[in-house]
Amino acid sequence: MQTQKVEPTIDDIPVPLRVAGPSTQCVHAGEARQKMADAITDAICCSSTYTFESTKSVIDFIEQKQPREEYGRYGSPNEKVVERKLAALDNGEDAIVFASGMAAAVGLYMAKLNAGDEIVFFDQCYHRSREFCSKHLARFGVVTRQVPTGDFIAMEAAINSKTKMLVSESPTNPHLTVIDLEQFAALGKEHKVETMIDATLASPYNIRPLDYGVDYVWHSCTKYLGGHNDLLAGSIVGSKEKLESVRNLRGIMGGINSAHNLYLLERGLKTFALRMERHNQNGQAIADFLIKHPRIQHVYYPGLSSHPTHDVAKRSMRGFGGLITFLVKDADWRKTADVVDACRISRIGPSLGGVESLIEQPLVMSYFNYPPEQRAQFGIPDNMIRMACGIEDTQDLIDDLAQALDS
Amino acid sequence: MKFRTRSIHVGAEPDPATGAVVPPIHTATTFIQPGAGEWGKFDYSRSGSPTRNQVEKTIASLEGGVGALLYASGMAATHGAMMLLKAGDHVVAGSDIYGGTYRLLHKILNRSGIDVTLAPAHDTQAFQAAFQANTKMAWIETIGNPLMTIPDIRAIADYSHSRNALLGIDNTFATPSLVRPLEWGADIVMHSATKYLGGHSDCLSGALVVGDEQLFKDLYFTQNATGAVLGPFESFLLGRGIKTLDLRVREQSRTAMLIARWLEQHPKIKRVLYPGLEEHPGHELAKKQMAGVYGAMITFEVDGDLEATKRVCQATNIFGLAVSLGAVESLIEQPATMSHASYAAADKVRFGITDGLIRISVGLEDPEDLQADLMQAIDAGMA
Repeated sequence: MQTQKVEPTIDDIPVPLRVAGPSTQCVHAGEARQKMADAITDAICCSSTYTFESTKSVIDFIEQKQPREEYGRYGSPNEKVVERKLAALDNGEDAIVFASGMAAAVGLYMAKLNAGDEIVFFDQCYHRSREFCSKHLARFGVVTRQVPTGDFIAMEAAINSKTKMLVSESPTNPHLTVIDLEQFAALGKEHKVETMIDATLASPYNIRPLDYGVDYVWHSCTKYLGGHNDLLAGSIVGSKEKLESVRNLRGIMGGINSAHNLYLLERGLKTFALRMERHNQNGQAIADFLIKHPRIQHVYYPGLSSHPTHDVAKRSMRGFGGLITFLVKDADWRKTADVVDACRISRIGPSLGGVESLIEQPLVMSYFNYPPEQRAQFGIPDNMIRMACGIEDTQDLIDDLAQALDS
Repeated sequence: MKFRTRSIHVGAEPDPATGAVVPPIHTATTFIQPGAGEWGKFDYSRSGSPTRNQVEKTIASLEGGVGALLYASGMAATHGAMMLLKAGDHVVAGSDIYGGTYRLLHKILNRSGIDVTLAPAHDTQAFQAAFQANTKMAWIETIGNPLMTIPDIRAIADYSHSRNALLGIDNTFATPSLVRPLEWGADIVMHSATKYLGGHSDCLSGALVVGDEQLFKDLYFTQNATGAVLGPFESFLLGRGIKTLDLRVREQSRTAMLIARWLEQHPKIKRVLYPGLEEHPGHELAKKQMAGVYGAMITFEVDGDLEATKRVCQATNIFGLAVSLGAVESLIEQPATMSHASYAAADKVRFGITDGLIRISVGLEDPEDLQADLMQAIDAGMA
């Protein structure tokens, strides 16, 4: 019989790792120093259930709340490692991983909101987040109020005694507006309303919203954190106390991730800081290239001084990520599609944050079934292209875009 | 396309059936054939499998070869190359080589009537002098292990060819990101892909790459006949690792240079063997062959005995005490008792594997964290 090893908690990260640089944290944080079988990597533990030595040990587990596994839906060893690493990267106390980014957001909303409650969110956001809030939370009697992105006066005006949560992306998708998180968190605190930031496009390498007083950070880990376009995962990071109800509900609703996926996520996280550095470099270089190009009407990228929220981005972010949105000059939807189709390196596809560059036309990919008026309202013109830079050589990506724009 | 772009896209073309940007993992061992006696592209996965072949294509592209073959481990790959030889042939191998290669040459190949002579590959004349009339293969490493010696690849390739021998080179330490030995005249490039190519300490694998079609066919014939091929899951993890190869190797090399410079100044360190240091005897050659980036392996000698050296290796908090190398996690080891324990005692003395040597594989952690960890370990071990 092997002796039961107690799983380390986030507090067990060796002190040097708590203050370590981001790349050291990526490689080591959250992992036990000495692992099962003395292996250097964590084992993939596929077990759906966990056995107890005796009835006494079941009772001990229940009475003493021992930190051990019970049934896969409540947690697993691979999940715990990833959660500790994600918490460390975001400087949070705890993290909860879900089956996808959307499952994470839904997990948080369902745990925190009741019929009659209200949430206020900035209107630039992933179309499925908007859809879930406006169509589905409404079915459960939750009122959602959209206000113009970055308009704190409008957000404050929309808060009332029923408001339970303020929500925003930062940077937003696809306009890449960066939110002043200090102001955002302060507004929530002033009105005793919790705040949540979807920081998927920034990633914890570029900004850590909890440091600004935000209550919850939401990530689609499918993107930069996983980084290889080969897994789906989502996470919520925050304080242990606030996340307890989210974890309990997840155990019942079951939107957990699998051991294989979680292993790939842990492996992807090892190079996360390194990859982000390169995504940032590629994003900036391509934005600089596009803004000078005669066929380009407009470039949305927070790293450009022309971007409306460049100052707040510069003040708060380490880099500005690999996502760039731009408008092709004098192009209808078909001519815009021709540019997308002419790319040889970037593949056409939704998603972002992987090593492979992806490109898409929001009109076609996400808003094809919306009427023109509604697209105008969401700020999705026909000539808009969104490019998610991977980590390929910068010059290859620039050359590829150049030939696509010339053709 | 440039190197890094190729490492992400060549061989990893989206799946035509589904459009998946990451090709599916094909676990099939056998494939349905068009008719009796008619063969499709794949028949039995020892002979070829979609997932393995995709990664072979990536590696061939990165090394600039006509083809690559993936094996179950680095040693299986080396053995795959050595099976080109027959009884009565002779191998000249570098004296600064991996202990496992030493063992294969001295304790396995000898049973097949193949002789070996070790000679310093960084001393071209001495290396050439070891050739015999029956020498059919020269075997060297781009960066010697553990002494970090640098061979003149072009000179040894030319001489080997003049003697009708093949030059095989283990490019594990340098990776194709820093040097592509086929461009310098080598015939066979070998990798323990377990190391930098995979990069995450989680898939054992080996590779051979060649620039000649006939040689490729010969190696493929042997591989298919003997069967030490790489499985689909490992192939997938290897391909995934290769996508960040260039980023990792360059970043790890940058950190290694900083650490080598720092170690050089340390009063308890007798010498530092790192090709990036100007004092290193192979520095100029390395600069030429590796385009000014010197890899992330460092060997240094502490001013202490076997026990003191052991203590240093055991006192680190970030560096893991383990053999292997090339991954995101930094590792530390003592060649005399670990990676080169297979060397005969006399050969250890003869080839400079001293008790005070420590070899580190610099990982992806922040340089300051690694330096602080080494500093406290040296202080603790040498107190």
